[in-house]
Amino acid sequence: MFHRVLLLGLSRGLLSRGLRTRSRGPFDDKDGKWEEFKKKVQAAWPGGSWEPFSDTSHLPPERADVVIIGGGVIGWSVAYWLKRLEARRNAIRVLVVERDPTYSRASTVLSIGGIRQQFSIPQNIQLSLFSIDFLRNINEYLAVPDEPPLDVQFNPSGYLLLASEENASVMEHNVKVQRQEGAKVCLLSPKQLKNKFPWINTDGVALASYGIENEGWFDPWCLLQGLRRKALSMGVYFSHGEVTELVSSVRPMVTSSGEQVNIKRIYEVHVKVNNSLEYQPVECAIVINAAGAWSGQLSELAGIGIGPPGSLQGTRLPVEPRKRFVYVWHCPQGPGLEAPLITDTSGTYFRREGLGGHYLGGCSPTEEEEPDNGDLEVDHNFFQERVWPHLAQRVPAFNTLKVRSAWAGYYDYNTFDQNGIVGPHPLVSNMYFATGFSGHGLQHAPAVGRAVAEILLNGHFNTIDLNPFSFNRFYLGEKVLEHNII
Amino acid sequence: MNDLKLLRACCPASWRRGPSRTLSSQSSLGQGPNPKYDLSQGDPDSKKGLLGSMTSRFYDVQQLREWIFSFWSWNLYRKNKTFSYTAKHFGPNVAAAYFVLTQGGAVRFQGQEWIGAQDMRQFLRNSPQLKMLLLEEVDASGCVINYYGLENLVFLPALRSLRLCGCPYVDDWCLSRLHSLSSCLQELSLAGCPRVTERGLACLHHLGNLQRLDISDLPAVSNKGLTQILVEEMLPDCEVVGADYADGLEPLSEEEEEEKAAG
Repeated sequence: MFHRVLLLGLSRGLLSRGLRTRSRGPFDDKDGKWEEFKKKVQAAWPGGSWEPFSDTSHLPPERADVVIIGGGVIGWSVAYWLKRLEARRNAIRVLVVERDPTYSRASTVLSIGGIRQQFSIPQNIQLSLFSIDFLRNINEYLAVPDEPPLDVQFNPSGYLLLASEENASVMEHNVKVQRQEGAKVCLLSPKQLKNKFPWINTDGVALASYGIENEGWFDPWCLLQGLRRKALSMGVYFSHGEVTELVSSVRPMVTSSGEQVNIKRIYEVHVKVNNSLEYQPVECAIVINAAGAWSGQLSELAGIGIGPPGSLQGTRLPVEPRKRFVYVWHCPQGPGLEAPLITDTSGTYFRREGLGGHYLGGCSPTEEEEPDNGDLEVDHNFFQERVWPHLAQRVPAFNTLKVRSAWAGYYDYNTFDQNGIVGPHPLVSNMYFATGFSGHGLQHAPAVGRAVAEILLNGHFNTIDLNPFSFNRFYLGEKVLEHNII
Repeated sequence: MNDLKLLRACCPASWRRGPSRTLSSQSSLGQGPNPKYDLSQGDPDSKKGLLGSMTSRFYDVQQLREWIFSFWSWNLYRKNKTFSYTAKHFGPNVAAAYFVLTQGGAVRFQGQEWIGAQDMRQFLRNSPQLKMLLLEEVDASGCVINYYGLENLVFLPALRSLRLCGCPYVDDWCLSRLHSLSSCLQELSLAGCPRVTERGLACLHHLGNLQRLDISDLPAVSNKGLTQILVEEMLPDCEVVGADYADGLEPLSEEEEEEKAAG
């Protein structure tokens, strides 16, 4: 009986609501409130990210020493080398601004990832040689404690460039220059070529140059993420946003011949947050244009190219996006494991992809056939008409192939001479370029990053002399032409 | 074995497991606009050990760990330096033999018996006579030879057999250097090298005179059976020993076997 009374009595008292929900006072929800309090103390504690008036954690910092516009492989490479070569730890505040966190249109991730030393300009060969050295020792350069090591998945299969009768002497000369710089390239006659690769049809091939070491292809995404991870661990700031304005101050100066010149200095970069009207004016000392295919548009924001044509003010940055297609096809009887990246006399190229008989390749269109670069839609007709016939002619096994997929990406195409632009602008004194590589930016990225860091920190190039790639050549009309373009 | 203990203490935990977790396709890196890069909080302290947990709390310990790691790395390069002085005075064959013996391997000259690491003193005494002989076989199994150490071996004019079984630092880059031995190399063994993948095996097609290739037990090769077939196609005159064709294929289930028997 007592038992029943107890149950009746107490059931309407404490126990019906449970001891936890007994009172609704200041000690309600103790655990949740304790967590909130801890977070507030952590934020307000020195070293935390507390802002007294409003939360600006999504905005870039108000001041940065170097603002790198463009978060592709070149941008992150420059950020990494700036942090690596700075005089003291945390001497420079570097901010990398990238507007597309998914990298959906970035040239870096849409690239097929080839690296070769077979160029005709010595500086290009040296850039590739350093970059392959960087890739070989990537874990020594980019290791972050307690993070997994990087595996760029390098395929050391080499590049095979085929030349017809007219180009044979140019190729021979190029190979001589390459060997002088230290690249390991050998020349093959059509008979030797047929011996080595029996599946090639050597009609129309007068000479072939084969890179036997330090050439091949790798995973560009891994390199990008490795550089990014290491740069972030060294203290580089990063912001997802678009640069909408470059505010500069102008200073009129007089040259030795009495002409008046306006020297500009960019003192503020307006970074607009994605999907919002909010922007942050970032005060900066140096701006680096690593915006890839959109570098031309960015440089117009700085006023480069606005002036009477033919003058230095009127010389624009001649970099524009050019669309290129890459097709993936399956051919079970195709070339085997030994297939290098082959570039045909017609400009068509292909390489093996994986172990299952897949290949990927494409072709650079001529000036007249340039596709519209408004979007990244793939033109499959281009494969049927311009790529497949040459593939089938060069490798008869490719007569029966089946296209599995395709994608398109942009070249940051330098319309002047298809080579990179590295160095400062003569009139906008604190804008540096690292762009315009027209399809070989990825393979030069580590070396270009180091060169830009050197010219920023030391005022001149220490290791590889990239003075021929300066902006001045557009005004002076000196083309630096490459004879092997893919 | 002090090397191993130091290594375990200072190398990041996941490096020891080999190429298991890599960064090829990871997303979501970087912590947003917060400039402080937080080390991953996921790893429990117990796995890292005392040095590891102290490293994530003290800059001094982190610097100490970096020093230990760079010393270990420098030591590896020291063991793999080019024996250019020996090569200049005694020729490339003696230099290569000296290199392999200091690493702990064994060599055999033309017409002679095997010389192991324990016969080093006798070898050094006999080196002026051995200057004239050509090095035929090198057994560098288990040695810490890497890309830079191969500099000593790739210019040998008459090397017939090269054994690199279980070498922890032989990777695809090393294999791409072996093309200089194409005129003479007849036997190559890469069994048990943890860093060799099928991408490195693709550049073995330069070795035209190869008669025997051992690619068994390569943990980093993704598709062993398929790789075996492709390598055999690539080197038609060579006997490729290693994986079975059916490696990586799942055995038929009972129903499928019955169907096969019936049909």
